[in-house]
Amino acid sequence: MELFIYGITNSVTLALIALGFSLTFGISGVANFAHGAFYLLGGILTWVFMNQIGIPYFLSALISIGIVGLFGFFLYWGLMLRLRGLAVNEVIATLATAIVIIEVLRYLGFSGFTYVLPEFIKGSVQIGKSWVDYQRIFLVGIGIGLIIFLYFFTHKTKIGLSFRAISQNERTAISLGIDSDWTAALSLSFGSALSVVAGLVILPLGSIDTQIGYDILISALAVGIVGGLESVPGILVASIILGFGQIVVATFFRAQWQTVVTLAAIVIILAVKPSGIFGKYKELEERV
Amino acid sequence: MAEAIKYRKERIDRGIKARSDTIYMLSSHRELLYLLLPRILPISFLLFIPLWVGGGYWGKVIFYSCTFALLALSWDLLASVGLISLGQALFFGVGSYVAGGFNYYLKWPLFLTIPVATLGGALICTLLLIPVLRLRGVYFSMVTLILPLLFDHLIETLEILGGTHGLLSLSPFPNHWLADYIAIGAVILCLFGFRRLLHEDFGFVLRGIREDDRVVMAGGINIYWYKAQTIFLAAAVGCFAGALMTHYYQFVGRSAFALDNTILPLAGVVLGGSGNFAGSVLGTFILVPLSEALRALGGLRMALYSLILITALAILPEGLFHYFERKYHQFERLVSV
Amino acid sequence: MPEEVILRVENLTKRFGGVVAVDQVSFELRRGEFLGLIGPNGSGKTTLINLITGFVKPTSGRIYYLNRDITHKPPYHIACLGVARSFQMVRAFHKIPAFKNLIVPLYSPRVRKLGGGKYGERDDMAIDLLDDFGFERDSFVPYKPAGSLPHGYLKRLDLARCMALRPDLLILDELFSGMTMSEVAATLPLIEKFNREGLTIIMVEHRLKELFRVAHRVIVLNFGKKIADGPPKEAMAQEEVQRAYLGTESEG
Repeated sequence: MELFIYGITNSVTLALIALGFSLTFGISGVANFAHGAFYLLGGILTWVFMNQIGIPYFLSALISIGIVGLFGFFLYWGLMLRLRGLAVNEVIATLATAIVIIEVLRYLGFSGFTYVLPEFIKGSVQIGKSWVDYQRIFLVGIGIGLIIFLYFFTHKTKIGLSFRAISQNERTAISLGIDSDWTAALSLSFGSALSVVAGLVILPLGSIDTQIGYDILISALAVGIVGGLESVPGILVASIILGFGQIVVATFFRAQWQTVVTLAAIVIILAVKPSGIFGKYKELEERV
Repeated sequence: MAEAIKYRKERIDRGIKARSDTIYMLSSHRELLYLLLPRILPISFLLFIPLWVGGGYWGKVIFYSCTFALLALSWDLLASVGLISLGQALFFGVGSYVAGGFNYYLKWPLFLTIPVATLGGALICTLLLIPVLRLRGVYFSMVTLILPLLFDHLIETLEILGGTHGLLSLSPFPNHWLADYIAIGAVILCLFGFRRLLHEDFGFVLRGIREDDRVVMAGGINIYWYKAQTIFLAAAVGCFAGALMTHYYQFVGRSAFALDNTILPLAGVVLGGSGNFAGSVLGTFILVPLSEALRALGGLRMALYSLILITALAILPEGLFHYFERKYHQFERLVSV
Repeated sequence: MPEEVILRVENLTKRFGGVVAVDQVSFELRRGEFLGLIGPNGSGKTTLINLITGFVKPTSGRIYYLNRDITHKPPYHIACLGVARSFQMVRAFHKIPAFKNLIVPLYSPRVRKLGGGKYGERDDMAIDLLDDFGFERDSFVPYKPAGSLPHGYLKRLDLARCMALRPDLLILDELFSGMTMSEVAATLPLIEKFNREGLTIIMVEHRLKELFRVAHRVIVLNFGKKIADGPPKEAMAQEEVQRAYLGTESEG
């Protein structure tokens, strides 16, 4: 039973992280390698606002989401737009941004046990034979809720629909009056904000360590590669596979072998179906 | 009623460039010198600098500059065919560990481990990257980014190949002159070799693939085969650099797969200018000594390289080398409109 | 004297999501034929070409070239068998000199096997080839970066690129679009000559007057379906074809 709970938690965690990355990529075409960095930044900003400036938790959280979202927006507007079309530079620029953020934060010393974010709900409940933190249940709930919210957002609201329009066919969308630059910038800020939300829900389970900036990115990329970068069902399935896979290995073998699972999954997918489980096999040739 | 006189910048090729543009049109020693100077100068500089600097600390810096220059050249080669690598550390790490592994476990001498690491490592890397060739470019970047990070994790957690401590006491070079000149020789070879390659028919095919792969395919060329060949060549250079470093340090550890080994060459190429190979060498030869001088900053240096990278992208996307080249070949003046 | 069938298309269908771009198209092409492929915009002509040349995979159906099944083969394989195609949107390598654009086909396994040049000869072969297409050998035109050339030249460069492959089947996708009358008048006889020398040609065109002068046979597509197949005059006389192009007459 415990296995199941941890498995679900891990899977939802991975899904949350990967969706933010995939959303940005699918819509703006920009692979935001600063995804993990934003996750970290959001957590740290919240901590700083709370513990060094004294703003209550909820407000801190909101402000950090806002700041990082804005950052994402201006990342696109200020940097990407200048480099648009030179795919070379886009990819490099986001990675460079990520490194600047993460390494500066590391230098400033934001790592260690003092850096903890509070849980939303304290305490635990007994399910079956084991004790489960409320926070984990909360996480799963938020995760599923967010996924449903995203579905409705991209299918029912005007902005969401324009997101999908751009990702399907940019030129047509533009001719229909959708400002693709604005929308792309919005999607980048949305994706960044999403990563902060994910962080706020997940980070309380442990403490903050700047290395997370890279680890989160690895997870997002791994899930994307295994599941198919632009396919939501693919990401969900991949999250479950990787999520449970890692927990199973940690329980029956050794905790350190989790990375083996990730690597094995990637190598297998690359050998069998490189575009991912539900990846649309967009061979180069298909770009008519 | 006087209107403001508007100026615009006009760039004109120097007469000497126009006259000496193709080999068949050289007509004077002066023109010959004009063409040869930009090539002779850096070669002589590179060949003499180890002599001037001697061994010791700055000799080390020269060596490091060379290995990172090799990584940068490798990146530029991949970029020429349209592949953007975010994982030079992959090549570097694989080369390091193959060389280190054979030396540590099988006691092979370095003149054996280095070639084996170069070719064997290149083979491994190419096999790892072949599956993503058919997909969009970003997959290549993603996979090259993630693989070295995963290998780093693996080595640490599984305690294989020396684990966190790495493999120690490996065979050194007989003397540092050999190491230095092998490294410098490799840089010169790759620099001029790649430039030459890109002007051969093979190179035009690569450039074509980068610009428009559909036309290339319609012309009967299997683009995946050519991409694979390029990866093999670039990986070989990267693995060679890794193998060299392993024996220079007499040590190999998980730091071989660290992000530093990707970002520093990348920043070097962006700073120096991609597409002409000379920029890669120029950029790394600026950044590596700079990074050594700023040792005290420790991890913050990575942030610095990245910042330099972003700034270069935003302000001088063509890179330093291209900027100098332009100044050499053209002169500018303001003309009133 | 029946000529051999070099291309056979059987029930070829391509679906893009809900849209049927090519609908159960079948036909045979004999060596030396000059086939015109026409139809209103959006009728599936370019998709059909992409299917035949391997750039798009069919949803169902088969394609045979020289009795080999090429249905799922990649474009470069099909090109090496001798099928060359031009592109509707002109695609050239803009930053390199015009003649260097031809290096790619000259470097292909097909041309190398057919006896195309050793090391160092390809440049000269390219210049020679371009000479036949209006890029005078002694001028600086072949050496200019392709991106600086006017549209008509680019179209002819595309044609030269196709011919550099020494094809047995040439597929032209709206070659004349954007060309001036004089450029068309200069290029059309060239294509005719190739056909008389034995090159099988499929030509997609909107400029019907010029096309009908040279094409032996015409296939008309509408909404992905083949609605006519025969000599130009007969095909155009069919009511369905006229309706496709002109629309139905309104009552009253």
